[in-house]
Amino acid sequence: MSNPDSIARLQLRKISKRYPGCLANDAIDLSIQPGEIHALLGENGAGKSTLMKIIYGVTAADSGEVIWHGQRVNLRNPAQARSLGIGMVFQHFSLFETLTVAQNIALAMGAAAGTPAQLEPRIREVSRRYGMALEPQRLVHSLSIGERQRVEIIRCLMQDIQLLILDEPTSVLTPAEAEELFVTLRRLASEGCSILFISHKLGEVRALCHSATVLRGGRVSGHCTPAHCSDRELAQLMVGEAAGLIMDYPKVSADKAFLHINKLSWHNPDPFGCSLRDIDLEVCSGEIVGIAGVAGNGQDEWLALLSGETPLPRQQGETIRFGGQPVAHLRPDARRQLGLAFVPAERLGHGAVPQLSLADNALLSAFQQGLVSHGLVLRSKVEHLAEEIIRRFGVKTPDTKTPARSLSGGNLQKFILGREILQQPKLLVAAHPTWGVDVGAAATIHRALITLRDAGAAILVISEDLDELFQISDRLGALCGGRLSALRPTVETRLSDVGAWMAGQFDAPQSPAPAPV
Amino acid sequence: MLLSLEPRGQQSRLMLWCSPLLAAVLTLGCGSLLFIALGHDPLQTLYTLLIAPISDLYGVSEWLIKTLPILLCALGLAVAYQARIWNIGAEGQLLLGALAGSAVAVNIIDVQSRWALVLILLTGTLAGAAWAALTAWLRTRFNANEILTSIMLNYIALNLLLFCVHGPLKDPAGFNFPESAMFGEASRLPLLLDDGRVHAGLYFALLALVAVWVLLQKSFVGFQIKVLGLDARAAGFAGFRQKPLVWLALLISGALAGLAGVCEVAGPIGQLVPQVSPGYGYAAITVAFLGRLNPIGILFASLLMALLYIGGESAQMSLNLPQAITQLFQGMMLFFLLACDVLILYRPRLNLRWIRRARTTAVQAGAL
Amino acid sequence: MDIDLLSNIFYAMVRCGTPLLLVALGELVCEKSGVLNLGQEGMMLFGAVIGFIVAFNSGHLWLGVLLAMAAGMLLSALFALVALVFNANQVATGLALTIFGVGLSSFVGAAWVGKPLAGFEPLAIPYLSDIPLIGRMLFAQDLLVYLSFALFALVAWVIVKSRAGLIIQAVGENPDAASAMGLPVLWVRTLAVLFGGAMAGLAGAYLSLAYTPMWAENMSAGRGWIALALVVFASWRVWRLLLGAYLFGLASILHLVAQGLGLAIPSSLLAMLPYAATILVLVLLSRDAVRTRLYAPVSLGQPWQAGH
Repeated sequence: MSNPDSIARLQLRKISKRYPGCLANDAIDLSIQPGEIHALLGENGAGKSTLMKIIYGVTAADSGEVIWHGQRVNLRNPAQARSLGIGMVFQHFSLFETLTVAQNIALAMGAAAGTPAQLEPRIREVSRRYGMALEPQRLVHSLSIGERQRVEIIRCLMQDIQLLILDEPTSVLTPAEAEELFVTLRRLASEGCSILFISHKLGEVRALCHSATVLRGGRVSGHCTPAHCSDRELAQLMVGEAAGLIMDYPKVSADKAFLHINKLSWHNPDPFGCSLRDIDLEVCSGEIVGIAGVAGNGQDEWLALLSGETPLPRQQGETIRFGGQPVAHLRPDARRQLGLAFVPAERLGHGAVPQLSLADNALLSAFQQGLVSHGLVLRSKVEHLAEEIIRRFGVKTPDTKTPARSLSGGNLQKFILGREILQQPKLLVAAHPTWGVDVGAAATIHRALITLRDAGAAILVISEDLDELFQISDRLGALCGGRLSALRPTVETRLSDVGAWMAGQFDAPQSPAPAPV
Repeated sequence: MLLSLEPRGQQSRLMLWCSPLLAAVLTLGCGSLLFIALGHDPLQTLYTLLIAPISDLYGVSEWLIKTLPILLCALGLAVAYQARIWNIGAEGQLLLGALAGSAVAVNIIDVQSRWALVLILLTGTLAGAAWAALTAWLRTRFNANEILTSIMLNYIALNLLLFCVHGPLKDPAGFNFPESAMFGEASRLPLLLDDGRVHAGLYFALLALVAVWVLLQKSFVGFQIKVLGLDARAAGFAGFRQKPLVWLALLISGALAGLAGVCEVAGPIGQLVPQVSPGYGYAAITVAFLGRLNPIGILFASLLMALLYIGGESAQMSLNLPQAITQLFQGMMLFFLLACDVLILYRPRLNLRWIRRARTTAVQAGAL
Repeated sequence: MDIDLLSNIFYAMVRCGTPLLLVALGELVCEKSGVLNLGQEGMMLFGAVIGFIVAFNSGHLWLGVLLAMAAGMLLSALFALVALVFNANQVATGLALTIFGVGLSSFVGAAWVGKPLAGFEPLAIPYLSDIPLIGRMLFAQDLLVYLSFALFALVAWVIVKSRAGLIIQAVGENPDAASAMGLPVLWVRTLAVLFGGAMAGLAGAYLSLAYTPMWAENMSAGRGWIALALVVFASWRVWRLLLGAYLFGLASILHLVAQGLGLAIPSSLLAMLPYAATILVLVLLSRDAVRTRLYAPVSLGQPWQAGH
């Protein structure tokens, strides 16, 4: 304690937090120096979110100490954390869409905000200093995702900030936008602000962070200097034995198109939504086509058009065809009869009804598989189907009567995917199939998709996770602003190409194909 | 806080069914306190309210008669509420059923055929369904909130009824009372027993009970209705047709309420009067919730509610308590039910530290 | 139609619109914070009966008004406990509150039905009330109507201009974000609900102490429900609420207009008008789902709990 340089800005000692049914944080130690960019690495469910909520005062730890500038503090709420100089940028932004940028910032600052006339020049000044253009008068709902993140960051910077926590900040950004963010963060760190950077992407952690703490299953599995570690070493720390589950699947090419999308355009009546323009795509039987893109670029709208939740007028039926048959005007159940299966992005509240049992959720989309007779539900058949899904896809659940919401994300996703696959689809459309799923379940899901592909089904995967898309897709493309880029075989595509497509540069000069490995 | 709630993680099936019982007990407890405050002997009052009215065969038959309309309305509401369609309009649908049935009945007083009754019942049922169809149309076509439209239609139906008994349907030989003529003998529901007034409407109620049970528990349409209510997006995902389901749920709801109304005028009342319903349609809301939207649960809940109705009447006569006590208990019970439902998802825990602190403070205060 | 009749109609329109305005202002604040309280009718009736009994027995009208507001708040506190703390379904809890309030008011008021009371008298402001057409409407009303003007101005200022309004709007749009920001979501909502209760109680007192100084069962005759529709009509904007309240006031005094035009329409048919008008308004305003979504508080009616 004699040397002031040795006092960490933030130190955590033996932080533990238990939720019903799981130990989210188990005796976690962490220390961040002034001006340090510190990575908190870990898979989904490793306990990152819980830990940062404890640091930001959103949740209280069951035991352990939080030490701030050498003083033990008891963080009761975010306001107190902010008054200490801790700021946080959430993954799902905590902004108010119906308010302006300035009002959003004023709300967070409390009385310190002063009048709007005093506040706006200050916002402009901060945004200029850190190179983040922002207009205080604009309503938040009119901002892009990247701009919203800037609002969150500037909101933190308006106060005397000493520790900035960012939760997976690049998951909503294109690679180029992420690079801009890193410039801002480095600048902040050079001014002495500490940064806690939460991520599961190894590349960006290596590029940005001075040091890293890796979590696995709620415990610290290691501390390291990312610049000195290989991907393999970091991955080993993050996923442990499961590292072997990440594997390469052979790429294939197919030529018999099943799904034809021809000049699909759709005007979105929702002023906050995204409209689709001139989408052309063919997906062949026996291949996986992956579509990248930052959320909010038309994925949800396109998925609804594909699944039939948004049917088009009859005269536009030809814009989507399954094996030559026009379907764009058909409803979901009619499309299923023609061979469609669909795994939506949201498991609870879209792909499954949270309160209903697994058996009822099996009935939800499989009711055309002979489960209903004379208007009555054939209970024993439904039970049988649910049991088969559980057995074949290794779903961990006490029984078929368990409500969907009490399953973990990975198990529920396996159940939903299994339900769709057992309907023997000719076309499977899957959105973010492994989002928020643990590594083991993700590997199971990827294997199931590959098996389905090899059995001859056409598969369309829409995801924000580029690693996943490169891993399982045979051809790749990206959505931006409601338009779809051209598609290219995965083996001829580089990460930077997809990055350019995601930013809307569809006609970027084709980079030479990487040498075959 | 002295009491804190901690999530159970899973809903408790035990509490799911204990909560209505607990709510009923709490209501009686609170009611007793109220009686004490008003200077009545609580046990005596509860006896007058809940036991005395059904202590003879006639009382039991009156009890059943009151149960019928409540049961029919609540069964219909259960179908709508399963789909999260908040139909508050059972009262109006009931009144319209009674009104339309009466409009037919007063024009065929002299018809001797039993078909007269069939015609009347059919008209009433369809009128109730049509009144609910208005709500369905406003919701599916114009996206208008069904709570507000169905409430407004209640008031309109009541005024329509008043207009008719004061005007077109008034008995010309009725000394200017706002009542219709008595229905013809063939238009009345036959009595089932020599004692009391229990009528053939009982069969309809039992039939409706079984039908709604099959619909909600066994049929695929019932499953669709349930999914629509729990999660409209999942219903869309599965391809269930939302608008037809909304229509179906409201039509069933309205038809049963209409049947309840026409059974009242063709049964115990025998003519159209302004006070066809002492708020059966509203009581049915409480009953539907109290019965957990489950037909069997609703059967017991409507028996309890009907008991409160006749108990309220007898308390007014023998104890001079306002008859509004029925409604007061209704509201209390629904309130307690919703409050007790917290126990389905949460476990209450006494906060001992708080007690200790309170005790220390009390001791200190005592020492001063 | 002569000018006197028109002036009378305007005067009666404001009188009739006042209880609607009061309830709707309370409900507006409540809904802005994300809480849908369908119990307005019950709180209004309880306010009316308590206001009447207190004023009748004490002889002080203002004491009646005050306790009527307290009565409304008491019921709304029950709502807040069940719907906000215990997280029960807000629609069901609101219905329970209405059923309970209707029953409670009839029970409590049974002995006071039809008793006469000298209620609030109109208080004409000299000179101003002589302005043709609008003079009586604005300056010859009773004190509670003047109070409603002031409360309207206050609520308008709070919602549009003040920091409190900003907080209420933020809580109603995104309670999770508001909570993460350190705003006391539960308290803001509870206070909004209590304010709604006080306003409903006040509206009840206006009915039983000024509009028709007496107590009758169910005397609010669905005004609590109409006020709920009014908030939708106003698209949650405070100025349109004022307009809507007086338009509905006009719809409920159409018998005056009909008399003025020499029409003979049965009163029970005319009595349907406000309700039919409500449905019409709901149809016109809700048709455009996108627009409704633009203005409605995003989290309206959604249960919320800290720590999720």
